[in-house]
Amino acid sequence: MVRFVLKRLLYMLITLFIITSFTFFLMKLLPGSPFNNEEKLTDQQKFILNEKYGLNDPVPVQYLNYMSNLVKGDLGVSFQYDNRPVSTMITERIGPSAVLGVEATIIGTIIGLILGIAAALKHNTSIDYLSSLFAVLGISIPSFVFAGVLQYYVGVKLGWLPVALWDGPKYHVLPALSLSVFVIATVARFMRTEMLEVLGQDYITTAKSKGLSNLVVIWKHTIRNAMIPVVTILGPLAINLITGTLIIEKIFAVPGLGFQFVSSIQLNDYPVIMATTIFYSVCFIIVILIVDILYGVIDPRIRVAGGKG
Amino acid sequence: MKKSKWSLLLTIVLVLSVFLSACSGKKEEKANGNTSSNGGGSKEKVLNLMETSEIPYLDNIMADDQVSLNLANNVYEGLYTLNEKDEPVLSGAAEEPEEKDGGKTWVFKLRDDAVWSNGDPVTANDYVFAWRKAVSKDTATQYSFIYQVAGILNADKILNPEDPMYNKTDKLGIKAIDEHTIEVKFAGPTSAKPYLKAVLSFPTFYPQPEKFVKEQGKQFALEADKALYNGPFALTKWEHEKGWVLEKNDKYWDKKNVKVDKINVNILKDEATRINLFETGKLDRTSISAEYVDQYKDKKDIFSTVPESSVFFLRMNQKNKALANKNIRHALDMGWDKKQLTDVLLNNGSVPAYFLVPSKFVNGPDGADFREKNGDLNKGDAKQAKDYWEKGLKELGVKKLDLTLLNYDTDTAQKDAQFIKNQLEKNLPGLSLKIKAQPFKQKLKLEENMDYDISYAGWGPDYPDPMTFVDMFVTGGSHNEMNYSNKKYDELVKKASSETDLKKRWEMMQQAEKILIEEDAAISPMYQRGYAFITKSNIKNIHNHSFGGDYSYKDWDVE
Repeated sequence: MVRFVLKRLLYMLITLFIITSFTFFLMKLLPGSPFNNEEKLTDQQKFILNEKYGLNDPVPVQYLNYMSNLVKGDLGVSFQYDNRPVSTMITERIGPSAVLGVEATIIGTIIGLILGIAAALKHNTSIDYLSSLFAVLGISIPSFVFAGVLQYYVGVKLGWLPVALWDGPKYHVLPALSLSVFVIATVARFMRTEMLEVLGQDYITTAKSKGLSNLVVIWKHTIRNAMIPVVTILGPLAINLITGTLIIEKIFAVPGLGFQFVSSIQLNDYPVIMATTIFYSVCFIIVILIVDILYGVIDPRIRVAGGKG
Repeated sequence: MKKSKWSLLLTIVLVLSVFLSACSGKKEEKANGNTSSNGGGSKEKVLNLMETSEIPYLDNIMADDQVSLNLANNVYEGLYTLNEKDEPVLSGAAEEPEEKDGGKTWVFKLRDDAVWSNGDPVTANDYVFAWRKAVSKDTATQYSFIYQVAGILNADKILNPEDPMYNKTDKLGIKAIDEHTIEVKFAGPTSAKPYLKAVLSFPTFYPQPEKFVKEQGKQFALEADKALYNGPFALTKWEHEKGWVLEKNDKYWDKKNVKVDKINVNILKDEATRINLFETGKLDRTSISAEYVDQYKDKKDIFSTVPESSVFFLRMNQKNKALANKNIRHALDMGWDKKQLTDVLLNNGSVPAYFLVPSKFVNGPDGADFREKNGDLNKGDAKQAKDYWEKGLKELGVKKLDLTLLNYDTDTAQKDAQFIKNQLEKNLPGLSLKIKAQPFKQKLKLEENMDYDISYAGWGPDYPDPMTFVDMFVTGGSHNEMNYSNKKYDELVKKASSETDLKKRWEMMQQAEKILIEEDAAISPMYQRGYAFITKSNIKNIHNHSFGGDYSYKDWDVE
């Protein structure tokens, strides 16, 4: 197990190196400069600004500088926000995004599992159809539609919850719910399909014929086995939510990371593009590792020792 | 074995929930009453406002965007401030300057009761320090050019990497005579720059407390408590990406004229959210786009439109053979209905433009608006356009023309372009106009390389004078970007820049504009941008500036 994790960590570093280098050169292909009044700058001004930020150097030199700073743990400063260290910018903003993402994932997973299991156990009944309908709607209708509807009806018309802003637990409800719809739908759909498949397996029939109670069969043999694909998709899904979602954060004025990433690309804020990409990749890789470890926990049939992942 | 694995899962869940509750707990502590003041009476007066982005720069010298400039205008103060008519009035300066050397030197007495929020006096040295910082290459602020606009002695050389005086900031034309007196030297006669005092009201010219700035080093102005304030308000809380709070500055010399006690600013990027917050009373004022205007425009007590000084126009690139033809350009300018664009599509207080220099922007030496004399130029109709078109096609010896319109990639710009395309293709037979929408930076690049036919462009003033628009199109100018060249035009602009007879200067600029549009149809003006706002009816004395920071909250009041 330890060897497995160490090996994976090494792969992670290599993956990160490739991602970082690739992003760096791709980013340099973006047109324009990182200066927001670009259309008004004279050539002299552009020269002075580029000099200050080391952008007059050839790209390979910039790359080496960036990588050596990165190894030292220095992610650089933002162009867009007055020399603010990029690491501070991320740590300031990840809080709300992560809280919201975790909340949405938890709500989504719990409700999704219940719906999925219920649908599978009550296969071809109205519960199944309702659950499937919800899953289809939840996946196909974008979350901002739910957000807009919730904001208007619950926030403005009924006045039960705050319309937007981020000032305490009750401000979390609407954005977390809006975000969780997709999770509910996805989890429910996967869970239903997997449950149905597992329920048709021979070992379930064996278990039943051995006289095990229905509850034990479902809990011990069906749900655990059916969970594996769900766990697989849940990892990336959670990371997407935790690292910030542009639209929901925008609609509910959540001070998160989502907007930062998009605006940094639009404005060519190179250090922020790099840092958010690296941050996102690290989260992603770690979650994939956790998911791999969890496989073993949930399903003892999967042995990781020889696995390359 | 099995048990321990389940406990691993349990541990992860627990860790997550601890993390979760820790975070939300912190948030709760931070949250405080967003109480609105609407009760009125002797209660504290609070404004709840919004911005669409985080503050990029709290450092007034670095400020180069609407949010930063507006903030700087309210928490800091320079020699002059703009009043409700956009006229410069004394603020940090105690009296109008004493002129020396035939107007090439100004000596300012500073207010001796002006202090920073830590109680230190605002001194002459704070101005010298700040001005030198602004032209330094280490600062590299995007607004350093405003020192050239003002004509401060040696600014152009200090900012030119090829000049021997490059970055020698101590050569800048400013000197501290004593603790409260500064001497400013100009490169040319100040009488040729009627806009000079207004330019000095720009945040890039505000003082900075040298000692404090040096103590803070790289941390300066990165947080609310890492800056000192000498304006009517002080930034007392700044939660990044969420919002900030301005409170009346107790140390401000004119605090008795500051009516509002506190301003909460939230960052709200989504328009529907702003409207919903407005409707639930959590927001006092917001701009609204065309689709909401009809819903609010009959509510006279809350709806208003404000004209702005940005002008949008179609650039016609004369590198394209067809567009080098004057008749074709005239036809393209007159061939579409500008009024319909502003009234139906934009619907936000924007007005059709038949000019380059906007209306209600600046008044001339005679006190009249620049537009009063020049009026509307090239205000033709579809029939005239068709005549020009046919003449042009004949001269070119073709029957058809395929042109491309380079456009912004925003929704509104797409609708605008589609409208113009339909109009032009209908009114100018044989024209086929393709729309090419590009991300902003890419669009700029194509314009810079003159790799386009027609482009949807705009310009906002950098200083309150027609010259900020007119000098854009001189031959080879870095913002010309369409290969336009007219000797007469160049000469008028050149002469006007050094003319000390203000009346003559004014007329030269008016003449230049006429050549550009009436004679040459070099651009097709589209509209002067406006904004539609909804504002709670108990908020009074709102006025906006056409230059620098948008608002002076000092004058605002809550009833």
